[in-house]
Amino acid sequence: MDLAFTKEEQAFREEVRSFFRDNVPPDTRRKLVEGRHLTKDEMVTWWRILNKKGWGVSHWPKQYGGTGWTSVQHYIFNEELQSYPAPQPLAFGVSMVGPVIYTFGNEEQKKKYLPRIANVDDWWCQGFSEPGSGSDLASLKTKAERKGDKWIINGQKTWTTLAQHADMIFCLCRTDASAKKQMGISFIVFPMKSKGVTVRPIQTIDGGHEVNEVFFDDVEVPYENLIGEENKGWDYAKFLLGNERTGIARVGVSKERLRRIRDLAGKVESGGKPIIQDSAFREKLAACEIELKALELTQLRVVADEGKHGKGKPNPASSVLKIKGSEIQQTTTELLMEVIGPFAAPYDVHGDDGSNEAMDWTAQIAPSYFNNRKVSIYGGSNEIQRNIIAKAVLGL
Amino acid sequence: MDFDLNEEQRLLKESIDGLLTDSYDFESRKKYMKEKGGWSKAVWGKLAEQGLLGLPFSEADGGFGGGGVETMIVMEALGKALVLEPYLATVVIGGGFLRHAGTDAQKAAHVPGIIDGSKTLAFAQLEKNSRYDLFDVSTTAKKKGDGWVIDGEKFVVLNGENADTLVVTARTKGNRRDTSGIGVFLVPANAKGVTKKSYPTQDGLHAADITFTGVEVGADAAVGNPEDGLALIERVVDEARVALCAEAVGLMDESLKTTVEYIKTRKQFGVAIGSFQSLQHRASDMFVAAEQARSMSMFATMANDFEDAKERANAIAAAKVQIGKSAKFVGQQSIQLHGGIGMTMEARIGHYFKRLTMIENTFGDTDYHQRRVADSGGLI
Repeated sequence: MDLAFTKEEQAFREEVRSFFRDNVPPDTRRKLVEGRHLTKDEMVTWWRILNKKGWGVSHWPKQYGGTGWTSVQHYIFNEELQSYPAPQPLAFGVSMVGPVIYTFGNEEQKKKYLPRIANVDDWWCQGFSEPGSGSDLASLKTKAERKGDKWIINGQKTWTTLAQHADMIFCLCRTDASAKKQMGISFIVFPMKSKGVTVRPIQTIDGGHEVNEVFFDDVEVPYENLIGEENKGWDYAKFLLGNERTGIARVGVSKERLRRIRDLAGKVESGGKPIIQDSAFREKLAACEIELKALELTQLRVVADEGKHGKGKPNPASSVLKIKGSEIQQTTTELLMEVIGPFAAPYDVHGDDGSNEAMDWTAQIAPSYFNNRKVSIYGGSNEIQRNIIAKAVLGL
Repeated sequence: MDFDLNEEQRLLKESIDGLLTDSYDFESRKKYMKEKGGWSKAVWGKLAEQGLLGLPFSEADGGFGGGGVETMIVMEALGKALVLEPYLATVVIGGGFLRHAGTDAQKAAHVPGIIDGSKTLAFAQLEKNSRYDLFDVSTTAKKKGDGWVIDGEKFVVLNGENADTLVVTARTKGNRRDTSGIGVFLVPANAKGVTKKSYPTQDGLHAADITFTGVEVGADAAVGNPEDGLALIERVVDEARVALCAEAVGLMDESLKTTVEYIKTRKQFGVAIGSFQSLQHRASDMFVAAEQARSMSMFATMANDFEDAKERANAIAAAKVQIGKSAKFVGQQSIQLHGGIGMTMEARIGHYFKRLTMIENTFGDTDYHQRRVADSGGLI
C-alpha cells in the first residue's frame, strides 16, 4: 500500500495545471466558477485548444489520438480540469460515441467520425431516453425501419442535452419489434439537420436551457450509418455507459466549489462577523469536506485497481462514486445557498458580463442549487445505482 | 498509488484470519468473556505464537518491524471476529509509548513480555471530567527524590483488571487544562496505593476505574519528557484512533455480510425479505458507508507517517469522523434489517453493533473530531 503520487505524477500535475493557467480563457473560467452556462463558441474554442495540445481525447487509444496516459494520469488530468475549473470535454462525443465507433465501427466510420469528434467539428448529442423510458431504457420505442439502403426513423427522444448545438446524434432505435426488448435495438448515427428532425427546448427549474425534446418524423438515414451489427445496440449502449464513469464522482468540481464556499464564507457576514466564524456553519463545511476526502480515496482505489488489473467489466464501485459524488455536489450547492442567505433570491437581472461585481457573484447560486438536483437523477438515478449495488455486489 | 497488500501482508492477513476462524466462533467468545479480566489467556498465547504481539516492534527490540499497514490488517481481523483480547491496550498503545519514547532499559523491561504474551498493559488516561481532551489532566505526579508520587483517579481503563503495567498520564506542572506539564508514567499494577474497581463494558470488554493514592515510582518510570509529554500522548493516541478505524472496518464488513446473509434467507410473505427493494437499498447504503469508511481507514493508516503533526492529526480526525458516521449507520441498520432477532443477546449481530457504538465514543467522538477538522481550517 502506498497512497503517495510519484515524482513523475506530481510533475505531470504541475504540467497540466500550468497549461490550464496559461490557456483557459479567463472569462470561461469565471463563468464556470459562478455556475453560469457557457455559449457554444466558448466551449468549442476551449476544446480546440485542448485538442491542439493533444489532450482532447486523452483516454482514446493512441492510434486514434489518445495520450497513452496511465489511469493515475487520467485521474490527475480530470481532477485538475474540474477543479481549475475548465470545461470538460463534450462527453457525448469524446466519452460516449467515440469509444463505440473505434471499438465497434468499421474503418470508414472511424476515418469519417473520429477526427471530427476530437476537434468538435461535429457536436454530438445522445438519443437514448424517451418520454416513456427513463431508467427503464430498454423499453424505448423509437423505430428504425429498413427500406432498401435506408433507415426510416420515427419516434421521440427526450432529455437530449445541448441538442440545440448538435450536428450529429447517436440514437438507440428499435429495429426488431418481435425480439425481446434488449435484443431488437440498433445503434444508428445521423445528422441533426436531416429532414424530419425537430428540436424543442425544455426549460429546467433553474431557468436554463440544457435539455431538449427531439422528434423524428420519417427521417431518412443511409443504412451505413448503423454502427456495429444490427440488433446489437443494447450491448454498445451498456459498453458506452460503462465508459461514462471517468470522473463520474466529479471530485474536482466539488473541491473547487468547497474552496469557493470557504472564500465566500470569509467575506459574507452573519451576526456582524464572517459566517466562517460561525461554528455550526464551519462544522457543516468540515463534514462535507470529510465526505469528499473519503470519496476521493474511494475513487483512487478504483483508479489504482484499473491501473493494475485493467478496466475489464464495469466496476460496481462506480455506483458508489455516482451516489456519493452526486450527494456531495448537491451538498456544496446547499452550502452556497446558506452562505448567501437572502441574496439567493434576486433573479439574474444583471446579465452575465461580469459588469456588476456587487451582485453578480450571487446571481447563479440559487439556479445552480436548483440545477444540481439533476445529478442524482441522470446517468442512472441514485436509486438505480442502489439496485446495481444490491444485485452486483451484495447478490440480493 | 497502490492500495493492494504485498505478498507478506497477504500472508499475514491469511494467517490471522485463519487463527481467528479456528478459535473465535461466537460460542467460544462467550466462554472467553467469563475468564478473569474478560479475555482468554490461551488465545493471547496463540497470537503471541504467531508473532502478532511483536508485529510493530523493531527487530532490534525483538519484534518484526511491521508498520501501519500490518497493524491495520490485524485490527481489521480482530474487528471481524469481535475479539476481546487487549491488543489495542497492550500492543498498539502501551507498546506505542515504548516504541516512540521508551529508553533502552524501559524497552528491555517491558517489550519481551509483551511479545511473548506473558505481560499485558493498560492505558490509564481518562478522567472524570476530561472527556476527549488529552491535555485535560488532574492526576498529579510530584517529584520525590529521584522518583515520582502519583495521585489521582482514572476511569474506564481497558484491560485495567489484567494488566501488569499501567501507562498513566499525570500532571507534573501547571493547571488542569494546561497543554504543558504532562508526563507519561509506567506504573506496576500491583504498586502500593493502586486500587482497582473492575467491570464489564457494554461491548463485552472489561475495564477498571483505578485510583492512585501516593503511588511511588522511580525516575525510570517516566516515558519521554515528564514535563512535556502531550505531543507523545497525541502521537500514540492518534495511532490508537487509526487502529480503532481499522477495527471498525472489520466490524462493519462482518455486520454487512451477516445482515445480507440474513435477509437472503429470512422469509416473510413467502419470499426472502432481501427481495424487497426497500431492504436492498438500505443494504446498498450500508455498503457505500462501509466503503467510505474503508477508504478513510486506509488514508488514516498512511497519515500515521505524515511528517507534519498538524496534517497527521487533521487526517486522522477526519477518518474518525467518517468511521463514526459509517459505524453508526451500518450498526443501526444491521439491527433494523435483522428485525426482532437483532434485538436479542443470543444473536451475533447485536454484539457487533455494541462494539461499533463504543468505538465511536473512544478517543473522540464524531462531533469532537469534526470540530477539530473545522477549527483547523478544513481539509480541502
